[in-house]
Amino acid sequence: MVIPTEDGGFNFDLCKRNAFLGQQGVKGPSVLKTGTTIAGVIYKDGIVLGADTRSTNGDTVADKNCEKIHYIAPNIWCCGAGTAADTEAVTGMVSSAMELHRLATNRSSRVITAMTMLKQHLFKYQGHVSAALVLGGYDHSGPHLHSVYPHGSTDTLPFVTMGSGSLAAMAVFESGYKENMELEDAKILVARAIEAGIFNDLGSGSNVDLCIINKDGKDYLRNWKCPNERTYRHAGFTFPPGTTPLIKKNMNTAYCTSLPGLSALVEVSDGPEPESMELA
Amino acid sequence: MSIMSYNGSAIIAMVGKDCVAICSDLRFGVQHQTLATDFKKIFKINDECYVGLSGLGSDMQTLRQRFVFRHNLYKLREDRNMKPSTFANMVSAVLYEKRFGPYFCEPVIAGLEPDGTPYITGMDLLGAMAPASDFVVAGDNTESLFGACESFWRPDMNPEELFETISQCLLSGVNRDCLAGWGGVVTVITKDGQFTRSLKGRMD
Repeated sequence: MVIPTEDGGFNFDLCKRNAFLGQQGVKGPSVLKTGTTIAGVIYKDGIVLGADTRSTNGDTVADKNCEKIHYIAPNIWCCGAGTAADTEAVTGMVSSAMELHRLATNRSSRVITAMTMLKQHLFKYQGHVSAALVLGGYDHSGPHLHSVYPHGSTDTLPFVTMGSGSLAAMAVFESGYKENMELEDAKILVARAIEAGIFNDLGSGSNVDLCIINKDGKDYLRNWKCPNERTYRHAGFTFPPGTTPLIKKNMNTAYCTSLPGLSALVEVSDGPEPESMELA
Repeated sequence: MSIMSYNGSAIIAMVGKDCVAICSDLRFGVQHQTLATDFKKIFKINDECYVGLSGLGSDMQTLRQRFVFRHNLYKLREDRNMKPSTFANMVSAVLYEKRFGPYFCEPVIAGLEPDGTPYITGMDLLGAMAPASDFVVAGDNTESLFGACESFWRPDMNPEELFETISQCLLSGVNRDCLAGWGGVVTVITKDGQFTRSLKGRMD
C-alpha cells in the first residue's frame, strides 16, 4: 500500500509494468491535449492575454469550452498549451509557491519569480513535462510578458504566441502590432490573433478568452467572443417515464467500505474551560 | 490494441435540475472474450459523491481502494465527508503523481456540492480535470457516447427525466461498441437521497 507522503514529487512505481505492457504489443493510451492557440501583448498600460477554449483527445474534441488562462497570483496570469494535466499541475504548483512566498515576504509577487520557477521545473524534466506557456503580469516594475517553452527556455518580447495555432496568431501580430496601443485596440488585436488560430488550426476552436492585467488589477473576460455558436438543434429529447426497460438486479450490495465519521467511533466531549496561561 | 480498451467500459455522468446521474455498462472481458456481465464500474464514495472508472479493470479496483483509503483518512481527520469538488482534486493529485507511469483509468466524478449544486467532472488518465455543466463520458467508444449525449441532453431535467435520458444515452451509445454493454446500472443522486436501477440491455 502506498501511503501518501508529505514531500510530493512524481512516483515511478508503474513505469516498469507499463513498459512491459508496451513490449507485449499493447498500445499506450492517449491523453488530453490543449492543441491550442494562446497569445499575449504588451499595450500602453499593461498586458492582454488571450486563449481559445478547445481541448482535444486524439481527434475528438473533449471539452468545447475549457479555461486555459490560469491563475498564478492576483497580478500574474498564465496561458497554457500542451498536455492539459501538465499545464494545470505546473501552474497550480507555482501559484501555491507564490502565495506562500507572498505570505513569507509580505510583498506582492513579481512576474520574474514565477517565470524562474516555471523554467527551473520544466528544465529539470528535460521537456517531458510538456507545458508551453505565455506568462503575463504587472508588478512594481511595470508590465512583463514572457513565453516559456517545454524544455525550460524563455523569451521576453512585446508580443508572443504559443501552441499549435501559434503561427496563425503570430501572422496577425506581425501585421497588426503597434507600440503603445490603447486597451481596446490591444483587445481587438489579441482576439483577432486567437480567432486566426480558431479558424485555421484544427487543434484550436470555440471561443476567445481574454485577461487584461494592469496597475488597477485584472479583468478576466471569459468567452469575450463566441464566434462558433451551435448551429444545430439544441432542444434535447423527452423520453416518457418507463421508456427504458429495467431488470431486477440489485447492484447496490457490492463494495461498502466507507468508514463512519470519527464522532460515530468515539465519544467527543467538551472538557472544562481551560484556564488562562501564565507566562511567569 | 489499446490498453484502455482491454476490458471494455462505457461511463456517463449527467446534470439535471438539483440532481446528477452517473451510469456504467456491466461488461468485463479480456479483449473479445466476455468474462462477466455484472462488473460495476461506478463506486459510491459517500451519499453525495460517486466515481466511475473506465479503462483497465485492475487499475480500476486499485484506484477505488486508494480513493476510499484517502477518503477514510480525510473523514478521520475532518469528521465530515469530502464534497465532490474536493474529491475530484484528490483524484487528480493521485493520478498526476503517476505522470510518467500512469494508471490506465479515466475517472468520471458526479455528486452534489454541500449547497446542493450539481457537480460533474471528467478527467484523463494523467488527472487533467474537465468539469462540465451538461454531461461527461468515458470509455473505449466515447464517440458514440458523445453523439447520443449531444442530441438527447437538455437542461433542467428532473430526476426521473434524467434517469430516462442517461439510460437511453448509455444503451444507444454502447449499441455500436462490441467491448461494452451487457446491460447497465444507473444511479441518480438528489438532495433527498439516491436510487440505483439496473438496465436491460442487449446481451450480444
